[in-house]
Amino acid sequence: MENVSRKGKKTDNPGALLHTIESRLPPTVRQRLGNTWFRLHPFITSFFDKLSRNLARFVRGIVPQAVAIIIALLVGALVLWATGHSPIDAYSQLFAGAFGDSYGLGQTLTQATPIIFTSLAFLFAFKSGLFNIGAEGQLLIGGMAAALVGISFTNLPFYVHLPLALLAGAGGGALWGFIPAVLKAKLDAHEVITTMMLSYVALYVTSYMVNYPFKAPGWVAQTPLIAPAAELPRILPPTQLSGSIIVALTMVGITAFVLQRTTLGYEVRAIGLNATAARSGGINVKRGMILALVISGTLAGLGGAGEILGVERRFIDHFSPGYGWDGLAVALIGGLNPFGVVLASILVGALRSGGMVMNRVTGVPLDVIYLVQSLVVLFAAAPQLMKYLSKRGVLTLRTAGRVLTRFKSILKNVRRRLKEEEL
Amino acid sequence: MVNILDIINIGLFAAALRMATPLVYASLGGVFSERAGIVNVGLEGMMLMGAFTGVLTSFYTGNAWLGVASAIFTGGLFGLLHGVLTVKFAGNQIVSGTGINLFALGFTAYMSQTIWGSRGASVSVPGIPVISLEFLKDSVPLVGSALDTLFSQSPLVYLMFIVVVLSYIVLFKTPVGLRIRAVGEHPAAADTAGVNVYRTKYMCLIASGMLAGLGGVFLSLGTLGIYVLNMTNGQGFIALAAMILGRWKPFGAFAASFMFGILFALQIGLQSTGWLPPQIIQATPYILTVVVLAGFVRKAKAPSDYKPYEKD
Repeated sequence: MENVSRKGKKTDNPGALLHTIESRLPPTVRQRLGNTWFRLHPFITSFFDKLSRNLARFVRGIVPQAVAIIIALLVGALVLWATGHSPIDAYSQLFAGAFGDSYGLGQTLTQATPIIFTSLAFLFAFKSGLFNIGAEGQLLIGGMAAALVGISFTNLPFYVHLPLALLAGAGGGALWGFIPAVLKAKLDAHEVITTMMLSYVALYVTSYMVNYPFKAPGWVAQTPLIAPAAELPRILPPTQLSGSIIVALTMVGITAFVLQRTTLGYEVRAIGLNATAARSGGINVKRGMILALVISGTLAGLGGAGEILGVERRFIDHFSPGYGWDGLAVALIGGLNPFGVVLASILVGALRSGGMVMNRVTGVPLDVIYLVQSLVVLFAAAPQLMKYLSKRGVLTLRTAGRVLTRFKSILKNVRRRLKEEEL
Repeated sequence: MVNILDIINIGLFAAALRMATPLVYASLGGVFSERAGIVNVGLEGMMLMGAFTGVLTSFYTGNAWLGVASAIFTGGLFGLLHGVLTVKFAGNQIVSGTGINLFALGFTAYMSQTIWGSRGASVSVPGIPVISLEFLKDSVPLVGSALDTLFSQSPLVYLMFIVVVLSYIVLFKTPVGLRIRAVGEHPAAADTAGVNVYRTKYMCLIASGMLAGLGGVFLSLGTLGIYVLNMTNGQGFIALAAMILGRWKPFGAFAASFMFGILFALQIGLQSTGWLPPQIIQATPYILTVVVLAGFVRKAKAPSDYKPYEKD
């Protein structure tokens, strides 16, 4: 694709742009840049070239998602209006709450963190053609494992205790991903049903653990506080933003690397594209599927550990407001791309943290956000629908434009006649 | 100590029938859609929408039967939505179904808060009264109050038997059923033979949604006459498991659902004994679903070709 500038001149060679910049520089500066500049020039050019090409691809990829989000927000506004709330009030409160100040921003990122993990989890399994809709369960088990390690030791140094707790979380999630993985690979049990069912099991099992064996003294169903050595530090007090987000972003990088640059990633993607072809290509499909679901569970489990060690500092019964269920929605909004997922998580995190402010100020039920989110999923289910809608939209705009030009020319005619008559 | 015979008796059988009813309806819905070649993960959401609209209609009109009708209608509507997304626009069936589940959860929670001021539950509304089958009670040579519970069920329970038989006849004994199965197995061949593939898929999905809606409304209006947040609680997925276990056949789905019904009833019975902590007992149906799915479906092969069909 070429970039066409406003004047219609082709500027697909960013080098031309650099040349123009260079020619505008004062002669002394140009001289001083001289030799080095000349040598660096091709590298810089190719860098800009790559950047612009990637940017163009990114923008093209993001358009359907953006359309889906906008339509979903409009439908949400319709629901708000129909139930007697002011959509403008609600949405402006939401936006102000999510991005208005550093506290809001911190809370947005706090909410986004676990969602980055769970959407990465969904994404990784999805690349191998599996639907892990049970990230919620893996997150809960991972959180519980981390909490147990956090409360079990009291005198470990932080550089042992914290990694140990994180590892436990990863392991818990991996275990909860391993069960449906083996059932799928060995017994062909549908992973959509098993991961969903195991999420309920995790919900009740963790609830049992905080109600009986590991219950802290008192009325609330929760474990005791974890040892300070196991805590992930808070980054931006007074918000709850913790080091968990750094783990999350690291995982984004690792996931992208594994998927694109390693044999495992290649195998996983090959299985997802066509399992039969992958098998004839010599890939062990069952092993690949098991690994994909285990890694998926690991990511979700780490998310749970991050929440416990960074935000909650203990396992409270039902602490997750459904971060696991968000995974699927966010992975789709993020265009099933690890970096897109970060943006999408921040968007959904903003809906969540801003939604709480909206709820407090305007009394609009928070659930309108889940409604908007589910609509995005429905749109994302059928990319052809988005194409159809945008085509329709373009057609409507074009017709409207035509009508408008027609109207203008009529007006012109009328004006001319009036003038003629005056004369 | 509670005697085991206090749990296992005719009362258990009656409770199992009651517990199985929504599963039977929903799994029949699953049978219809999968026979036509479409996975319906959205059963859960369709049930929830049915449960909610049933209570809503009953709340405004005071007539529970209108509630049932509206639930069937809403279920059908969401079946149609699933059809539009997956048949017309060739969308991903699992994503679409999950979208319906998420939508149902968000929508019902929002509306429940708007209408009744509570996210958790609705007010109590008129439910469907039970019908007592006196002639059966007299004809069975057993005495005791247990029989009262067995033959005093919601009319939707009796209707269930009719629907199971009807589904079987429609799917396996009529030309329509043959067309449905042909569309699921080999859409191109069916198309060549003059079957309208798209219309058949739409019809099946609408039927699927209507059955799920009916199953859902039994949960809310069939027993208590109240809507509770996320009251389906994964039953749509259990119904899917029952459908697979029943080999995509109406009687099979019925039998599998009834088995789940017995397990649920046992679970309720166990809960009253206090032998185990409630959370563990609550987790059992889900564990059992996984075990059943993993242990007994080894040879189960889905009958259908699930790819979206595109006409040349």
